[in-house]
Amino acid sequence: MADGRQAAAQRPWVFAAFALPSLGWLLAFFLVPLGIIWLYSVGENVSLTRVETTWTLLNYARILEPEILDLALRSIRIAGLATLVCLVIGFPMALVIATASPAAKPWLLLAIMLPFWTNLLIRTYALLNILGTRGRLNEALGWVHGHLHGAFELVGLGQLGLLEERFTPFTFLGTETGVVIGIVYVSLPFAILPLYSVLERMDKSLLEASLDLGAGQLTTFRRVLLPLALPGVVSATIITFIPALGQFLTPDLLGRGQVDMIANVIERQFKGANDWPYGAAISMVLLYATFLLLALRAFGDARRSAARNAR
Amino acid sequence: MQRIRRPLHLLRTDRRRFMQAGLAVGLSLKLPAGALAQEGQVNFYNWDTYIGEDTLSSFTGETGIEVQYDLFADNNEMFAKLRSGNPGYDVIVPSNDYVERMILADMLLEIDHDKIPNIANIDPMFTDPAFDPGRRYSLPYMWGTIGIGYRKSAVDEPPTSWNDLFASDKYAGRIALMSEPTNVLQLAMKAAGHSLNDWSDENLAAAERMLLAQKKNITAFAPDNGQDLLLAGEVDLAMEWNGDILQVMEEDDDIGYVLPEEGGLLWEDCLSIPVGAPNIDNAHALINYLLGAQAGADIADFIYYATPNAASLELMDEAYTDNPAIFPPAAALEKSELAIFPGQEMLRKIDEAWTRVKAG
Repeated sequence: MADGRQAAAQRPWVFAAFALPSLGWLLAFFLVPLGIIWLYSVGENVSLTRVETTWTLLNYARILEPEILDLALRSIRIAGLATLVCLVIGFPMALVIATASPAAKPWLLLAIMLPFWTNLLIRTYALLNILGTRGRLNEALGWVHGHLHGAFELVGLGQLGLLEERFTPFTFLGTETGVVIGIVYVSLPFAILPLYSVLERMDKSLLEASLDLGAGQLTTFRRVLLPLALPGVVSATIITFIPALGQFLTPDLLGRGQVDMIANVIERQFKGANDWPYGAAISMVLLYATFLLLALRAFGDARRSAARNAR
Repeated sequence: MQRIRRPLHLLRTDRRRFMQAGLAVGLSLKLPAGALAQEGQVNFYNWDTYIGEDTLSSFTGETGIEVQYDLFADNNEMFAKLRSGNPGYDVIVPSNDYVERMILADMLLEIDHDKIPNIANIDPMFTDPAFDPGRRYSLPYMWGTIGIGYRKSAVDEPPTSWNDLFASDKYAGRIALMSEPTNVLQLAMKAAGHSLNDWSDENLAAAERMLLAQKKNITAFAPDNGQDLLLAGEVDLAMEWNGDILQVMEEDDDIGYVLPEEGGLLWEDCLSIPVGAPNIDNAHALINYLLGAQAGADIADFIYYATPNAASLELMDEAYTDNPAIFPPAAALEKSELAIFPGQEMLRKIDEAWTRVKAG
């Protein structure tokens, strides 16, 4: 890092030449559009096609309506739950990949990336097929149920009523569970990769030392592995949580329009409702929240490295 | 408003023809943004798969005018693209309520009726609609309804009223409504006995209450896929565009379509010329061609939507003209209404009501 800075100071032109394209990109495709959205968010519809910047705050005030807050809370709940599930499933998976043999590693990583080769919409429709009341999952569960039931009858346990006579299919679609499953499915690779990169770089001898010196498996996990992996956990949380908050396709399809999230409201403003200023205002509030999260993380990082330097 | 058009024909024809049709569309997709006026060119912006197989090439053969063909998936997309200025289209195909929006926003040019003799082919029923009196800005291309698609074996008798969907627990857990707020609330008003254009704060509030109370019985607010849910057996009744239901009827004999006795929502897709069109004369020529008897019949035969063209209708076979999902019974049709654009202010109230329904 320090070397890089020195080199940049010595050869400013080289540095500029390398930085310019990405800065230009950032300006043209991030900052300028964002600025336009921000202007919309303080504007008013003056006709069906024209928005005038009037510096009004009414669009922001409308966000305080109870139903919008309800939807925001629901979005945070769903995104938070999906993030948690991603971490709980993703951590052991990342650990397995990080400790796998060098020959197996690329294949395991490839298996994680493979779903990206299919379009999100198609993957979501595939999930519809699996999770439906008459979907593959319920079909399989029904099959297991039927055989278990038959087996219980056979060994004389039928009277105990362990299983109901008929299998009642589970309802996943149109519920928060279904939406969480859908978000976990698309986000899991994003959660695994940062966890993997931290665990991969970790000095494994520290774990051995901990175990050798008498700490149990659980203590080693809690006191050694987890603290070392913390930066990865934070990255995985942010990279899962923020996009999950902005989902609208998953609530539409897997949620069947029954569990709308905040992004569904935004989408409507830019389509049928034709109210770009209001949609822009909600988008900006989401963005502010995102920045806040990132700022907290940067703050945490700074404190950690300060603590390290002090030692 | 969203509506995906897929030609029914594709379901009945072999794969090779489908590939050819796809290829033809793929090759003609490149309309340059800001296409300039050119001798003998017209830039046509239409719904996906919403034209006859060789309609455009026949037009070029007959007139020498090249067609640059570009596609949109729904009105929102088309409107958004033209909102900040016409990128070079000469002929577009907005639905009736969008025609109205675009007239209000000064986005459409007046059509010179003298240049379109085939206007004489249009059924008189379509010549003076409320959304464009005197047809100054739009001419009808295809029309249809929103009604109820249902699984015949799952109901004792076909549904007859919107109340079966909006105010009854007879079919609890087996109902799909559309995800388009305006259309759903319009038909909830219809169920309550009002005109679907009778937007007032009380009617809207009543429709909102109706939906909130019914929400527990509704399985899905389906974004464009009510017909798929019906086909998969996930629901037994679906509020849908007739064309979408017609499609799954082709695949499954057990599915039917009915326009409830209160009447449904009528829609009409129109040919219009947007402000800023570079080839106005050619636009008129194309519109005139599309309204021709044979061209109209070829299109209708391929995409299987109802044609407003009386001369074309005479050329069609009974499988088309007697299909109740294309041409519903006259009694229900008479009570059906074209939606009038409710205005931006009401649109906002509609969206807020919808958010409350969804959050509740």
